[in-house]
Amino acid sequence: MSQATVVAEAPADELDLGPELADAVEGAWAEDTEKTYVIAPDRILDVLRHLRDVQGYDFLSNLTCVDYKGYGGKLRADVDARLEIVYNLYNTRRGGGSIGLHVRVPEDETVPSATSLYAGANLQEREVYDLFGVKFEGHPNLRRILLWDGFNGHPMRKDWQEAYFEEDVKPFRSRHPKGEYAFHEDKIPWAKNTTYPAGWDPDSWQEPVAYVPVSQAPHHENEPHLDTESIVVNLGPHHPSTHGVFRMLTRVEGETILALEPEMGYLHRNHEKIGERNTWLMNMPFTDRLDYLNSMSNNWSYALAVEKLAGIEVPERAEYLRVIMAEFTRIVNHTWSIGFILNDLGALQTPALYAIEEREMILDLFEAVSGARMMCNYMRFGGVVRDLPEGWHEQAAYLANERLPRALDELDTLLTENEILKARGRGVGYLPVEDLIALSVSGPMIRAGGLAYDIRKAEPYGIYDRFDFDVPTLPNSDIYDRYYIRLLEAMESVRILQQALRDIPEGETLGGRGGYTLRAPEGEVYSRIEAPKGELGFYLASDGKVAPWRYHVRSPSYINLNALGPMSIGYKVADAIVILGAIDIVLGEVDR
Amino acid sequence: MFGTGLLKGLGVTLKHALDTFDDDRESVPDRYRGSLDLGNNRRVIKQPIDQEGLLTIQYPEEKRLLPERFRYIPMLIWDSEKDEDRCTACGICAKVCPPQCIWIVRDSDEDGKPLTRASEFYIDAAVCMSCSFCVEFCPFDAIKMNHDYELAVYDRYPQLVYDMAELTVPLEYYAALWPTQFEEEETRRREEEEKKRRQEEEKAARLAAKQAEAAEKPADAPAAPKRSAAELQQLARERAAQRQAQAADGGSSEDDAAAAKKTRMEELKRKAQERARQRKLESGE
Ligand code: SF4
Ligand code: SF4
Repeated sequence: MSQATVVAEAPADELDLGPELADAVEGAWAEDTEKTYVIAPDRILDVLRHLRDVQGYDFLSNLTCVDYKGYGGKLRADVDARLEIVYNLYNTRRGGGSIGLHVRVPEDETVPSATSLYAGANLQEREVYDLFGVKFEGHPNLRRILLWDGFNGHPMRKDWQEAYFEEDVKPFRSRHPKGEYAFHEDKIPWAKNTTYPAGWDPDSWQEPVAYVPVSQAPHHENEPHLDTESIVVNLGPHHPSTHGVFRMLTRVEGETILALEPEMGYLHRNHEKIGERNTWLMNMPFTDRLDYLNSMSNNWSYALAVEKLAGIEVPERAEYLRVIMAEFTRIVNHTWSIGFILNDLGALQTPALYAIEEREMILDLFEAVSGARMMCNYMRFGGVVRDLPEGWHEQAAYLANERLPRALDELDTLLTENEILKARGRGVGYLPVEDLIALSVSGPMIRAGGLAYDIRKAEPYGIYDRFDFDVPTLPNSDIYDRYYIRLLEAMESVRILQQALRDIPEGETLGGRGGYTLRAPEGEVYSRIEAPKGELGFYLASDGKVAPWRYHVRSPSYINLNALGPMSIGYKVADAIVILGAIDIVLGEVDR
Repeated sequence: MFGTGLLKGLGVTLKHALDTFDDDRESVPDRYRGSLDLGNNRRVIKQPIDQEGLLTIQYPEEKRLLPERFRYIPMLIWDSEKDEDRCTACGICAKVCPPQCIWIVRDSDEDGKPLTRASEFYIDAAVCMSCSFCVEFCPFDAIKMNHDYELAVYDRYPQLVYDMAELTVPLEYYAALWPTQFEEEETRRREEEEKKRRQEEEKAARLAAKQAEAAEKPADAPAAPKRSAAELQQLARERAAQRQAQAADGGSSEDDAAAAKKTRMEELKRKAQERARQRKLESGE
């Protein structure tokens, strides 16, 4: 433990930029829900620099965009600018809440890129460019990221309509009372539905590989007597080590990686567009499909955000149930990811199978309580959907008190002292923790770099302030530590589980106000939790209607990939595989 | 000493191997503890939470015992006591369904006046995300989650678009799948019914008077008048009685669809009985 845990101090809710920047603030926004500040576009970099260097807001958690075309709310009647870029910043040394900034952009204008200040803005700005068409001036690599070059339009714009478009918001009128079934595929054949951007020819198109930036790496000079030439190699997309359909575009010299770019989007289904067609409640089962290993924590994060926006109370017992489910799912995730780090190292299947033995038991418990092993859909606004079935508590207590501690100790014996793991993991994938924070990396990765930053302590949500647990840290920021930190965190989760299962009170499990007719008040909210993979946030904007106006998922898997390139440079191809494995991504959440 | 970590790890592997081996040698291995033997190597396995060793369930001969709350695709409840579909075509399920995979056509009488029943009801099982919202929000307990997960077919359309006949199951089937929840619902319903009983009795008396009036008229007179919900129920009851009488006569005048439905319901009831037996066996152990 190299450092004291970051524990929340009272957050500063007023933005004080000092006299020089006072004129940069154009006003405030959404004061009734979560106050944010509107900043003049040409001053945003100055404000960000001030917040980072003077006030210590070193972590750019969320960067996204909202399209206000056709906005139905009252708050924005006198604003012309169509698009708004949203920034949410945190202070990782002090803890506490966020500073939210808005920058208003008229259509077709550019915004200065934040990448020079926060390297982590890289993937997020590319996503905004891809989905909204906002150009960021000064971004080093502003290409499409989730969609391919031949995609016509920017789908998150409000006037973009998908194939099979029916109505802006569900429920669709065609379903009842005259709901004759219509087979969609018959209605819109894909052949007639494909359009390309103007001047773009699918036949002559070739994927550019020249953008793999060589300059970011020092030229490989270990073997000066060999006259070598660097080549571009695709790792993936169809490769078992890429944890799904994911591609690493690498420039290698010999076996050494000179540069690496993550290429993604193969599983992209525009979760966020679906989310804006859905009513508030309908999004709940969709969140299961993000990080599909941890549907419980996805549910919780979304429920928390909506509860914060609509001011919904959660009964005591439901709070405990949420903690129990979230910690069980953390254990599932961490043991699973340990298994796969070992798989990626070449220890095929044995550690993975041992690691997921207890996972079966936990998934059985999830199934007994919610009806599904993975797509739990268990939480609702204002609680959880059902109380525990008979016998559940005893089984869970048996797992938490006896079986899981034993299993984690066994994993520890199996792996931690293993000389091969040490040889392969020590010093590989190193990146100093300051760089990780600048890259917006969160979760076990920064704790393996020595910073005891955990949202459960730094900005406690639910009832985490009642439990006695530690935030383990390790100093080395390499593969080995990223393996071991997960084991330590799983052990802490067991501690929380034991306390929660001991203290859980009887009572209601669902408050009354979060049904399917929910209308959240106009405003916006950004809320995040410490999901197993890192910081999982939901940014929601409401115009007071039945559906979210903007529904954005700040997914840890996606943003942690910011660090993949910088971490891999200089290591061998075989190391890149496990460097990716140790980030612990799930493509459902990366591609959304 | 270099290598001790490896050796310790190998010790763990050895322990696992021995555990599994040992368990397999026992007369009732761990994986069959608490499971049901259906004969012919077919088993319903209940994975014990304290099971040691790594074991595989030999699907399809062996299957897991599903918990009561298991969700798959919805089913519509046909109240076999009252011989009617519980669904009133209110459309709430179609409104809350997140992927909008429910299509309902509300039935109407000849004058176009809507009736409280569905004439068509589709669920696209390829789109359904098994979220169970339809079940949660249905005010009439008319739609519930089925446990049947072996749905593979060759074509998505139309095989995976379930129509009303394919979705409908008798109440007994539901009761066998979801015994605890069914019991809760029935208790609640009994309480409510008790409260309403007096009103109902009055209604029934009025209805009986009307019927007596109708019976005096010629047989072909009340062809298709505007019907109230209560009348429809009454009609349904009469039809059921007719069908029963026909069946007793050995007559085969039912049309094919009705016959098919009946066979299906019988089949499902048999399944339900089997399921209930399984659960009883399991709880007995
Ligand atoms: S199943 Fe229930 S919610 Fe759906 S239409 Fe029928 S009665 Fe209404
Ligand atoms: S389970 Fe969910 S997705 Fe399936 S029909 Fe019901 S509401 Fe729709």
